[in-house]
Amino acid sequence: MKWKTIKEHIIYSLLRLSGLFIVCTLAILLFYILSGGIGKISWEFLTNFPTNGMMSGGIFPMILGTLSLMTLTMLIALPLGIFSAIYLVEYAKPGRFTNAIRLAVHNLAGVPSIVYGLVGLGLFVVFLGLGLSLVSAALTLAIMVLPIIIASSQEALRAVPQNIREGALALGSTKWETTCHHVLPYALPGMLTGSILALSRAAGETAPIIMTGAAFYMTHLPSSIFDEFMALPYSIYTLATQSSNAEATRPTVFGAILVLLLIVLCMNLVAIIVRNYYRRKYRW
Amino acid sequence: MKFDLFTLKKYDYKKIRNLKDNAIRKILFGFGATAVIFIIIILVFLLIEGLPFFLEGDGIDFFTGDVWDPSSPNTPRYGILPMVLGTFLVTLGAIVIAVPIGIGCSIYLAEIAHPKIRETLKPIIEILAGIPSVVYGFFALIILSTWIDDFFNSTTKLNALTGSIMLAIMMLPIIISLSEDAIRSVPQEMKEASLALGLSKWDTIRGVVVPAALSGITAAIILGVARAIGETMTVLMATGNAPVISFDMLSSMRTMTATIAIEMGEVPFGSTHYHSLFAVGIVLFAITFIVNFIADRVMKRFREKY
Repeated sequence: MKWKTIKEHIIYSLLRLSGLFIVCTLAILLFYILSGGIGKISWEFLTNFPTNGMMSGGIFPMILGTLSLMTLTMLIALPLGIFSAIYLVEYAKPGRFTNAIRLAVHNLAGVPSIVYGLVGLGLFVVFLGLGLSLVSAALTLAIMVLPIIIASSQEALRAVPQNIREGALALGSTKWETTCHHVLPYALPGMLTGSILALSRAAGETAPIIMTGAAFYMTHLPSSIFDEFMALPYSIYTLATQSSNAEATRPTVFGAILVLLLIVLCMNLVAIIVRNYYRRKYRW
Repeated sequence: MKFDLFTLKKYDYKKIRNLKDNAIRKILFGFGATAVIFIIIILVFLLIEGLPFFLEGDGIDFFTGDVWDPSSPNTPRYGILPMVLGTFLVTLGAIVIAVPIGIGCSIYLAEIAHPKIRETLKPIIEILAGIPSVVYGFFALIILSTWIDDFFNSTTKLNALTGSIMLAIMMLPIIISLSEDAIRSVPQEMKEASLALGLSKWDTIRGVVVPAALSGITAAIILGVARAIGETMTVLMATGNAPVISFDMLSSMRTMTATIAIEMGEVPFGSTHYHSLFAVGIVLFAITFIVNFIADRVMKRFREKY
């Protein structure tokens, strides 16, 4: 009996240890990034162009590139994703075609990001002739985040109780009026949460934009959405692996990583806050 | 009826409303179809750009050749085996590291942890899941590789083990959150029955809860594996990228994803080399498709059970 309690204690400690491992991993990661990058963050670093082979100067074009890429991606992916989800949850009748859509969404989510890059290169850059550009990269990323947005929007729509729909329909509103006025307002926060998370994923994604429009170095800001652009994740990658003077560019890389992490984590935080707020507000 | 303008108007109004409703239904149907269209486009473009490579006659060497040297001026060789092996070994290493920690952590979160600890651990896992892969890659390149070097005295600083450890950390959030869901969905009555029969809490977990949630946990692991196979930036920056056949985890390796990422920027459009990278893409797509399909099947079985 005693041996058994000791054994259980050991096992419980091991399980706790695995939980601790997660905490330590994050702590170590954040510690190194913070200690390497915090000294670099300044107003000049955020608002200036890189100079001297990116060994000094700022990262303004990369920040702007990443932010505009995110905006463009969302403008494309959000309507597609939300309306697809509305169709799937509110309109689709069970059948072969609905099954095909479900299967397609599921498979899109599993496609590796580098394959999206390949297809983006073949389809948008070469076949449609959009060239290496902001819009090619945004379209590629939009297809990539689409399944995330569809899945979270579907979940949000399903969470709205059925009797709200029945009440609206019983009062004589059409299907669209019911969806638009009585279901969407309640589902919107959930949809937003998922979309913000998808957006943060798009912000950090590197592999697809390598092939579809990210530039290593540009002396000017992209003049239109058909221009190449600099982006934080791609600059981090190139500066860390291909720079001729890796030691000298390291502080810039650390600074860029810190800024990228801040963007991504802030969006995650906003998503979590929105979710928790509305979870408390609407309790069916 | 003829002079009753009011009812006529009302009738028209209703008609317009129904027309509008039907139009919206059709438009939404179009939106719903986008996912199907995209998956077809992806398949078609991979095939259009990849098939010419096989038609040019290198198809057999592609799957059996053990040399990847496409830029050789005289005899370019396109053997995918070194990369398949690289992907396999790096992923295997990640599984060995991530599975015990992941299952342990999910059991801890679902069954043992105090609700307050659980509430703080969950966001930490979400943050880990949200960190961009290029950041993990950078960490592996700058910090983890020196630790591995100090610890194992490896010949190359960037090796398969570095990649495996990093991939394991990236797999963990998926494995933990999905297995925790699986463990939590085991019916309370089963646990209570086991406890009522006098089993200790650990015996209940080991003998009742985990076996009952096993298919859900398996699906979680397989999904984590799918993510690891498709991951690009981390392995690209961590594993050293030498396309050679080796079973030594401390030697430099190159995965399929890294090959595409490295070489796509340098090849001329339409060359054999260009098409060969799409062929690698097809193989990668097929592997992740199969792995995801298996995960889906296992998950379905688990859901039907409860």
